[in-house]
Amino acid sequence: MKLVSLQVALQLAVLTVVFPATGWAAGADTSAVSKRDLEAKIGYCQDCHGPSGRGYRGFYPMPRLAGQQPEYLENQLRAFVERRRTNNIMANVAHVLSPAMITALATNFRDLNPQPLGGAPKGLVATGEKIFEAGVPDANVAACAACHGPDATGSNQIPRLAGQLYPYLVTELANWGKERGQNSAKPDTSAIMSPVAHSLTKPQIEAVAAYVSYLK
Amino acid sequence: MKLVRLKLAILAIVCSAVPALAGGVETDHVRNCTWCHGESGQGFATAPRLAGQRHQYIQNQLSDFSEHTRDNPFSQQYMWGAAANVGPQTARDLAMYFSTLSPKAANDGDRELAATGRAIYQEGMPDSNIVACVACHGPNAEGIREIPRLAGLSYTYLKRRLDQWGEGYSAAEALPMPGIASKLSSSDIEALASYLSFIK
Repeated sequence: MKLVSLQVALQLAVLTVVFPATGWAAGADTSAVSKRDLEAKIGYCQDCHGPSGRGYRGFYPMPRLAGQQPEYLENQLRAFVERRRTNNIMANVAHVLSPAMITALATNFRDLNPQPLGGAPKGLVATGEKIFEAGVPDANVAACAACHGPDATGSNQIPRLAGQLYPYLVTELANWGKERGQNSAKPDTSAIMSPVAHSLTKPQIEAVAAYVSYLK
Repeated sequence: MKLVRLKLAILAIVCSAVPALAGGVETDHVRNCTWCHGESGQGFATAPRLAGQRHQYIQNQLSDFSEHTRDNPFSQQYMWGAAANVGPQTARDLAMYFSTLSPKAANDGDRELAATGRAIYQEGMPDSNIVACVACHGPNAEGIREIPRLAGLSYTYLKRRLDQWGEGYSAAEALPMPGIASKLSSSDIEALASYLSFIK
């Protein structure tokens, strides 16, 4: 258990050195963004991601943005544009955003804290908690808490999972290798999750997704 | 007008010949709907197609009519009264019944606007902060759960509904649509309504 955590910590340290946000300057100067433009863009985000960015279940699950790590959001918006992460809708959304607007949006959502959307099967929560806290040692899966933090709030490029939508998490983990890290010329931090997502079974994914979806 | 009366008369005759329906929904209740919504729920004049619509959506609309949160003029004129005495069980039965009928496409939009409508629907207009409709309504405008099917609804109905949100009607229901519709120009609305009217 400790060994697995150490391995992950080492991998993470190596990867953050190798992929320093792929040349993207996080935290751009936001003074160029007018209050009016920012409010209009926030409203646009919330049209799909729900009031206060709590997430919304449309035809596709739209993830919670509230409380998300700004560096993670910035990296993802950039990933859509650079085709590191495959998502046509978000590629269209992201390609018109200036670096200053991206930073301003990411900062805005960090400070929001609505209740989780809920709706995950409650019967899976206890199993999910075990996986989150202790990992799946037999499958060489480290504790999620080791990187995402004991409260699943994430840090820097590692995303917050607390309160995230259950169907979104299940879809992302199941499709990790087909959706993330898709631009071989620009490898990124999504590589850290690849072996984990690959090693988890569908029931394990569902359990851990249910557990974190209820965390506040 | 005469033609409408004639059609209604024919409709009434046709409907009166329909025997009691399967699925536990009473013929009288169905006939009260099809009187305006057309035979097989395919829509008629001002009343939209119900065939193939999501059952949760139909149920929610019936409840919005009876609570007067869906408050545009035709809703007030026709549906507030029609929904007033529909109990929850009947609403569920009717919604299930119409959702299982197979829908046709209205095909009454402007063909020349369909490509523009498709682009707005599938990609949105990021520079104007207009979201892509596909994110909630699905790649074929089929809807899901309580999110309505839009495919094949009539141009007139779709245009009116989008116009009325922008005019402030039904502001309390169906978030986020009132806000999204108010950002659309009339030419955006005409293009979207045209595109959707042709989807099978």
